[in-house]
Amino acid sequence: MRSALRTSLASAALVLSGAALLAGATDGFRAFTAEAARRIAVRERSVMVPRVMLETQSGERIEITDLRGRWLLVDFIYTGCTTLCLALGSDFARLQDDLAGPIAQGRVRLLSISFDPSNDPPRELAAYLRRFHSRGAGWLAARPTNNAGLAELKQRFGITILPDGFGGYAHNAAIHLVDPQGRIVEIVDLGARSEIIESLRRFGVT
Amino acid sequence: MTQAGRRVAAAAGLLLALALPPVRHVLEASMSAQMLLQLPLFAAAGYLLGCALPARIGASAASWNYHGISGLVLASLASAYWMLPRLLDASVTEPAMATAKVISLPLLVGLPLALSWPRASFVVRGVFLIELLATLFRLGWLYLISPLRLCNNYLLDDQQRLGQLLLAAGAGLLLWITCKLLWGRFDLARYAADDQTGRPRPESGTPPTLSA
Repeated sequence: MRSALRTSLASAALVLSGAALLAGATDGFRAFTAEAARRIAVRERSVMVPRVMLETQSGERIEITDLRGRWLLVDFIYTGCTTLCLALGSDFARLQDDLAGPIAQGRVRLLSISFDPSNDPPRELAAYLRRFHSRGAGWLAARPTNNAGLAELKQRFGITILPDGFGGYAHNAAIHLVDPQGRIVEIVDLGARSEIIESLRRFGVT
Repeated sequence: MTQAGRRVAAAAGLLLALALPPVRHVLEASMSAQMLLQLPLFAAAGYLLGCALPARIGASAASWNYHGISGLVLASLASAYWMLPRLLDASVTEPAMATAKVISLPLLVGLPLALSWPRASFVVRGVFLIELLATLFRLGWLYLISPLRLCNNYLLDDQQRLGQLLLAAGAGLLLWITCKLLWGRFDLARYAADDQTGRPRPESGTPPTLSA
């Protein structure tokens, strides 16, 4: 029957092109969410950290590019956060212990960037670090000094921030690994400390 | 105005309304509204357009669209594409993806559905309805139990509410199918539509008539 044959051919062609399109849209069936996509993207095409002015917990102003020359672990926080950032904060506190050696040698640094700069002056940033009993060494908390800088950071790192309706924010929390040349090379889940340490070992840092 | 003209006008009006920035903003502000209102309404506009097409267009494609199968496959694939969390996200933040959504839902989902559903036989309709049912339950369950936000642009409680609504829609569809199977009237001859015209075959017993 001709029309049955033609229809089988047409349907098969549709399924094949649909599968090809889907593969293209999901990085070869690997990323079905925007979050997975951004992690694959940095692993395959290195994304440069933008040149943005930051103000640290001590009130010092630095260019984020001044921190090049060592590995950076970057997370995005706001100090008023009572949920995800608490987990990020305690993760960083533990990483500070795990990586005490490389930190002391100046090969690794932790950087928490606030995406709520108007509510996070240096005083709040310092209190944030104290809350997690930061050992001081090698953990900076900082806020971008202008909105353009914040927008650029959000865009390059792929951070989406939503008001949660209760005065706080929902955000895609993760730990970003930046190499000494200032390239974002890996993004891992919060809580995945062993993955970070494993990656650093793979890159020959620890 | 002819019926076809009214349908085209309705489709154009619907598309125009959906494209208005405030309407778009409201419908994309929550995951539930985007998935259960915006996407189906775009497809509905295409369906209206498909119904307004002259019958000969559907008939000329009929030999490639036996029992409407090709069209239903196309509509299923295109709608599956817009159910991926990544594309829901991208269609909100990336203008190119937003455009792709506005074009593909009417033309690749609604329109082929309008041309194909009337041609589909009882069994073909059953297969696609069961697949729709399974999709509603699968996605609903996924959104309800996922502890992670699957879309960066939507909150977790929104995602879970969408999960509940999808399960409810699945339950409603199941109920409708069940009622239809138990008490519905099936004119099986009607479903076995003529391949070339898509029109029902004459009732058995009555002599075939020549139609103009």
